[in-house]
Amino acid sequence: MPVFDLATIELRALNQALHALDKSGPAEDFEVTNPRGSHAVAVGIDAPVNVTIDGSVGYYCAGMNEQATITVKGNAGPGVAENMMSGKVVIKGDASQYAGATAHGGLLVIEGNASSRCGISMKGVDIVVKGNIGHMSAFMAQSGNLVVLGDAGDALGDSLYEARLFVRGTVKSLGADCEKKEMRPEHIELLTKLLADAGITDVKPEEFTRYGSARTLYNFNVDNFDAY
Amino acid sequence: MTYKNPVTTPRKSATFDDYTLSEIRRAAATGIYDIRGGGAKRKVPHFDDLLFLGASMSRYPLEGYREKCETAVTLGTRFAKKPIELKIPITIAGMSFGSLSGPAKEALGRGASAAGTSTTTGDGGMTEEERGHSTQLVYQYLPSRYGMNPRDLKRADAIEIVIGQGAKPGGGGMLLGQKISDRVAEMRNLPMGIDQRSACRHPDWTGPDDLEIKIQEIREITDWEKPIFIKVGGARPYYDVALAVKAGADVIVLDGMQGGTAATQEVFIEHVGQPTLACIRPAAKALQDMGMHRKVQLIVSGGIRNGADVAKALALGADAVSIGTAALVAIGDNDPKWEAEYNELGTTTGAYDDWHEGRDPAGITTQDADLMKRVDPIAAGRRLANYLKVMTLEAQTIARACGKNHVHNLEPEDLCALNIEAAAMAGVPLAGTNWVPGQGGF
Repeated sequence: MPVFDLATIELRALNQALHALDKSGPAEDFEVTNPRGSHAVAVGIDAPVNVTIDGSVGYYCAGMNEQATITVKGNAGPGVAENMMSGKVVIKGDASQYAGATAHGGLLVIEGNASSRCGISMKGVDIVVKGNIGHMSAFMAQSGNLVVLGDAGDALGDSLYEARLFVRGTVKSLGADCEKKEMRPEHIELLTKLLADAGITDVKPEEFTRYGSARTLYNFNVDNFDAY
Repeated sequence: MTYKNPVTTPRKSATFDDYTLSEIRRAAATGIYDIRGGGAKRKVPHFDDLLFLGASMSRYPLEGYREKCETAVTLGTRFAKKPIELKIPITIAGMSFGSLSGPAKEALGRGASAAGTSTTTGDGGMTEEERGHSTQLVYQYLPSRYGMNPRDLKRADAIEIVIGQGAKPGGGGMLLGQKISDRVAEMRNLPMGIDQRSACRHPDWTGPDDLEIKIQEIREITDWEKPIFIKVGGARPYYDVALAVKAGADVIVLDGMQGGTAATQEVFIEHVGQPTLACIRPAAKALQDMGMHRKVQLIVSGGIRNGADVAKALALGADAVSIGTAALVAIGDNDPKWEAEYNELGTTTGAYDDWHEGRDPAGITTQDADLMKRVDPIAAGRRLANYLKVMTLEAQTIARACGKNHVHNLEPEDLCALNIEAAAMAGVPLAGTNWVPGQGGF
């Protein structure tokens, strides 16, 4: 298994090696040691590789990921898995702001807490946070699913489009045009799958509340003046 | 005896002119601000207020068509492994698929490629039409990230991080529901028929320190091959350019208030941002102060119409210019042949700017399947190529007359200004004097 010690090897060499992998496999295992908060670790991968990072990373770890499974055994800085297309990213610790921002696909699992703007402008990704999420999470979220086992901060789902939000704990406040929705059987089924994909077995989907767009701000109307 | 008061000529208010009155009535009737496309329509100091001095006793000109006057420009020499080589110093500005039809985007790609220059995507992702027909394609990285994906990032020739644009510094985009076709909706991951308000700032960074890290990420993703542009609106050009250099830009695109947009509020277009003319010298000075002039290239846009404008922008310190509105006109926007249809829309040739409504008779700013057929991408591309070549020939003509063997050798000393405002903004003397307002002299 290739091991890249970022205490002695340049980040460029790591990313270059990951980009050189064959898109169609076979799956390989990479280990990254001493990340020491480096930015842009394991970004732009398009191969079915397993990357394990032993420690905390800085900004944009796993950015634009395709296919790869990336595990951070530590905390992640801002923008982890931003614009991910597919694959899986697991953060064993906490994640900073904008986790999963604009991501189109794949699964992002944050085993700790996520800071503000988690899932901002998400475009199809699934995000599962075992802890709490900060304010303005899922702001302008377009599609995909955000699952939070803990609590959500202020202005959850502000200006939401069609993303689905599932929160098990409390929501401090809802953002503009975000409202509580009924949990229908298809949502229980979806949540069951998402929890299983994230390796969570001790929580029931029925414990969650679903939130989504009220769709009142989809087209301009001056009678919504107070919301603008 | 009765007093007879002679009737005076009816006098309309300069403050409450006909346009202002119509806008008040429109706002009262609809409850929504006026949205339109294009750039500032108000008169502001511009390149027309500058003149070239030409060669005379103290310097000699080059022979037209005989002595070479180079026009090539290389963009991205600072960090990128693969800089862009352009034959002419005029590029096509970012315009989105969504705001423009597929055939219009194809025409822009064809025209730019035939003239040896680049074209640019917009807020809506990269289409096959423009990738396929653009030899040099700049991929915009916008706050909305609509359609953003690593595959297109890697097949772009350069990446332009959009911070703002001249028509609306500090504002996001606006694509109203009627233009959201199936294809546009799919590319943007949004439902059909809803109003799309593109974000005004990036979702995963704030400020130049974050941007430096964001650029590092994009360079890592693309293996440091692609030039990274940063596009800013004409807000605080000296500091914006200095911060863009600090953040790691290869190229800076600076867009003045006459630069167009697909759609935003009229109040935004006309009242926020600085004229293009006022932006260039501060931007060039920032580069010079940092020792980066000509190392980080400066592209200026906003109201570029002809070769004289190109030459003046370059003389003031730009490495290249970019055109949007003029390129659309070249491929058929606001063409008089559609006058009857413009009239039906309550407007006239040259004034049509309701691009957001998707009913463009010229088939350019629309997603209507029938209207867009009016753009023949091959013929329209040829028109754009012709126009780009004419602009280049004009700029060469002026450069030769000033004794320059490359358009980049034009300099502020080749210029004077027709009025005090332009002299102050361009930092060149008022014609007939040695007075540069704000710099002493008389």
